Amino acid sequence: MTTTEISRTRQTLPQVAHARNPGMELDLDWVAAVQANTSAIERRAASLGGRRSVKKDYQAAWLCKAISLIDLTTLSGDDTEGRVRRLCAKARQPVAPWMLERLGMEGLTTGAVCVYHEMVETAVRALEGTNIPVAAVSTGFPAGLSPYRLRIAEIGESVKAGAKEIDIVISRRHVLTGNWQALYDEMREMRAACGEAHVKAILATGELQTLRNVARASLVCMMAGADFIKTSTGKETVNATLPVSLTMIRAIRDYEARTGFKVGYKPAGGISKAKDALLYLALMKDELGHPWLQPDLFRFGASSLLGDIERQLEHHLTGAYSAANRHAMA
Amino acid sequence: MTVRDIFDSMAYGPAPESDAEARAWIARHGGRFGHFIDGRFTAPGATFATRNPARGEVLAEVTQGAAADVDRAVAAAARAYPKWSRTPGHERARILYGLARLVQKHARLLAVLETMDNGKPIREARDIDIPLVARHFYYHAGLAQLMASELPDHAPLGVCGAVIPWNFPLLMLAWKVAPALAAGNTVVLKPAEYTPLTALLFAEITREAGLPKGVLNIVTGDGDTGAALVAHPGVAKIAFTGSTEVGRIIRKATAGSGKALTLELGGKSPYIVFDDADLDSAVEGLVDAIWFNQGQVCCAGSRLIVQEGVADRFHDKLKRRMDGLRLGDPLDKCIDVGAIVDPAQRDRIAAMVDGCAEGETYRAASPVPDGCFYPPTLITGLSPANPLCQEEIFGPVLVSMTFRTPAEAVDLANNTRFGLAASVWTENLNLALDIAPKIRAGVVWVNATNLFDAAAGFGGVRESGFGREGGWEGLLAYLKPKGTARALKPVAAAPEPAQPRADGIDRTAKLYIGGKQARPDGGYSRAVWSPGGRLLGHVGLGNRKDIRNAVEAAHAAKGWARSTAHNRAQVIYYIAENLSARATEFADRLSAMTGKPGKAEVEAAIGRLFTYAAWADKWEGRAKPVPMHGIALAMNEPVGVIGALCPDEAPLLGLVSLMAPAIAMGNACVLVPSSAYPLAATDLYQVLDTSDLPGGVVNIVTGDPDDLARPLAGHLDVDAVWCFGRGDLSAKVEAEAAGNLKRTWVNHGMARDWFAPASEGAEFLRAATEVKTVWVPYGE
Repeated sequence: MTTTEISRTRQTLPQVAHARNPGMELDLDWVAAVQANTSAIERRAASLGGRRSVKKDYQAAWLCKAISLIDLTTLSGDDTEGRVRRLCAKARQPVAPWMLERLGMEGLTTGAVCVYHEMVETAVRALEGTNIPVAAVSTGFPAGLSPYRLRIAEIGESVKAGAKEIDIVISRRHVLTGNWQALYDEMREMRAACGEAHVKAILATGELQTLRNVARASLVCMMAGADFIKTSTGKETVNATLPVSLTMIRAIRDYEARTGFKVGYKPAGGISKAKDALLYLALMKDELGHPWLQPDLFRFGASSLLGDIERQLEHHLTGAYSAANRHAMA
Repeated sequence: MTVRDIFDSMAYGPAPESDAEARAWIARHGGRFGHFIDGRFTAPGATFATRNPARGEVLAEVTQGAAADVDRAVAAAARAYPKWSRTPGHERARILYGLARLVQKHARLLAVLETMDNGKPIREARDIDIPLVARHFYYHAGLAQLMASELPDHAPLGVCGAVIPWNFPLLMLAWKVAPALAAGNTVVLKPAEYTPLTALLFAEITREAGLPKGVLNIVTGDGDTGAALVAHPGVAKIAFTGSTEVGRIIRKATAGSGKALTLELGGKSPYIVFDDADLDSAVEGLVDAIWFNQGQVCCAGSRLIVQEGVADRFHDKLKRRMDGLRLGDPLDKCIDVGAIVDPAQRDRIAAMVDGCAEGETYRAASPVPDGCFYPPTLITGLSPANPLCQEEIFGPVLVSMTFRTPAEAVDLANNTRFGLAASVWTENLNLALDIAPKIRAGVVWVNATNLFDAAAGFGGVRESGFGREGGWEGLLAYLKPKGTARALKPVAAAPEPAQPRADGIDRTAKLYIGGKQARPDGGYSRAVWSPGGRLLGHVGLGNRKDIRNAVEAAHAAKGWARSTAHNRAQVIYYIAENLSARATEFADRLSAMTGKPGKAEVEAAIGRLFTYAAWADKWEGRAKPVPMHGIALAMNEPVGVIGALCPDEAPLLGLVSLMAPAIAMGNACVLVPSSAYPLAATDLYQVLDTSDLPGGVVNIVTGDPDDLARPLAGHLDVDAVWCFGRGDLSAKVEAEAAGNLKRTWVNHGMARDWFAPASEGAEFLRAATEVKTVWVPYGE
């Protein structure tokens, strides 16, 4: 069980557990052949909650797993060093020590901390001595409409500052106009700019609107070497949804079937309940399998999810419903 | 297992739904149930056990209904009928609405009990069966409310007998009981032997809805109990859902009894995947098609027909998905596939699969638990000739075939005795909407499968049965036209006179087959005399071979069904025009044969032709407002080839009254004219010949109906048979129709006034069409 060992040793970079996706030539025939039947995908997504249920110790374990997969995130205009240090402290100790001890889950941390470039150094320092990587949103996040060379340069700056993961935003206009070559070239260059840092491609699915667009953009970004594909910046009006997730992870599955390379998935925005997290984990387990339940291939982009999970875990341990103020804030 | 272990394995673990409430309900009844008759439970009699198939344990003892029990139940229903049928629609609506609410209030108990008795996953009982049951009662509360204003010329039938299967015990109860009660009938229902419990719980619940006693009665038991109900003379209608084999027995048993009958039988429904489909969604659809309810679904998409170029990739995706299916305790909230209803069924499935020497069999990787389980199975590489591609397996077994072109996909899809449902997967709407009408089935799902709703008709063609459940079309199966029927008086041909008179040049009427005059195969003719003893001509005596030829000719005219409604209308107007030009001649002919004036009948026949020319492009389908982003289209399609035994009492008008709606709707027909007065029909073929009607659309075989009824009604390539001839023909026609379970419409020896307005219009058009429900979900 290599995956088990990996999860125990808490390796978080995809290149460690699996061969990193090198990308491939843009295959426009494949892109054009992609189909996504919205109504069928919506039906599958709608029934998923009724098909899977995890209870008692299993639920506790799954919720701990969810914590280990969270990119604990702050992406606000009013972020300060103090705020980011607090967030990092929460990433190191996401759940009260007594609870982790009772669960036998000492040492549990979140998957990563995700911040703006200006906060990368602070976060790296605050996480020294842990294996928790710092992810930086980049390339003119969230709209991705700043000058192209600055967007590329921004990646280099964040990597230099110590970010191990770069969450780039794609140019939505390339998808909306069907300019797949431009999307591919942009993604390819961003990937190159990341160097050893691994790159998550944010599709901003809420702005791509159709699932067919989502499927095609997913595929093109993987062809261009994305390590992860990610739904949203969290700033769009619609963020991660189950139908979008199903579409993207089916694209990941097809990409692996064709190339042999595993690409990670990160839903972001709008996942705030423990129950939602369980549903996403079940979706990953059923559609992609166990490797996608590890931080090297799956992350939640979330800020408030952790709070709900903490309350559910306390309820599991005590039998009494919990309150937010009983758990340390980020 | 510690939390840390589970953290690493990420196993699902058990997620049991409690069965405590259901067990408590059974215990409250002492674990033994009688029937529910006249508003209360009878004392348990001789009982048999009903079991939980997943665990093999006995859940309860239920009573084996004897003929006397059925008598009592029918008597109770008959006593309740006069008052219930006169209860205002609004009152019935209130009670049905109450039943819907009660189903929702007791939803979990009903779902758990269903799962315990049947073995289906609790998710399905909870999220699909029971919500559909509630929806069915809500919908039919509405129909009860609207019936008086929308169907003022219709009346309920009386006591309806319902015999239902074990795969969707409560849902099938709802499909029978809701429309029957909405229409003002009373009901005696026999639940399946394996799964009687939810029907008994439902019966108990009806008391809280204020349903008067005797309106709904439940008699438990096995097939013998069902047979007693079917045979009971006090029952006006039988509604059956179950196997084609039993459906055929019921068809024969009720033949000639005058009982109305609807049958919802087996299937071998095609699931067509084109190369431009969203393959992942099509794979997921198959999970809902063939592994829903362990494949024990009459409309299960059990024949995968996938385009050759994507077949390997599709099968790979499918196998991977199969491996993710979880088999286990049906009460576990996290399993996908539950138990087979009974070991006998499981053994039957296993024997069929094990008996297949061809193809490649793939079984899902999920471990098969102890107990009555069968693994999801895919058999690829079979040809249509393999029995598994033809016979209903009624289990979680999918067979797969490939096709090259859309036309071949349709041919493969239709290469079956059944015709219940079909799924079509393609992202090309042009293709989907071209294929849907070409598939012989009552329901077609585009990019979807197993969608159900009370507003949308469900039911089959061919050996999948007849009649629709759901929608207005379903309600009509529990109604009849108002009015009192009187017995048909027999009409005899004028006898051969002692002193025959023959004048003029001999005219020999022939048969009319494929647009050509044909001599009868047997080479026999008979003389037709006027009442005054004048020889009017000779008419051919058709035999079974002539019927065979006529049916072949009718099938060869299938282009007629594809012609536009406008074109069909034009042809029918033209027939009227040409008949009108020869009105005097036809009137004289009628008069010569019957001895009565014929002018009025000819004029009425011309009017009738106008009526159906008018209807040809106006018998519209509906767009059903189903709870889905999409539409369900109820499309009126031609039945196919219709055989009709025409009445004697109005030899021209009666024949035209049957022929015109048939051809207006795009059917081809084989008409057996009045044997007493056949010359009106044989004269008519000259009119047809001059009216641009393509050959084979109408075929006329004269002869003795006694000889012709059997080959026509028994012909396996005739889709419906109508009989308005002599009363005693009805029983023969209905019995013979059991062969391919064709639709029948017979007079049961009752007269009809062919001149009356009620002898044209909707009733005839419904008989001439099948409602096909085409589900088209959409969204991008």
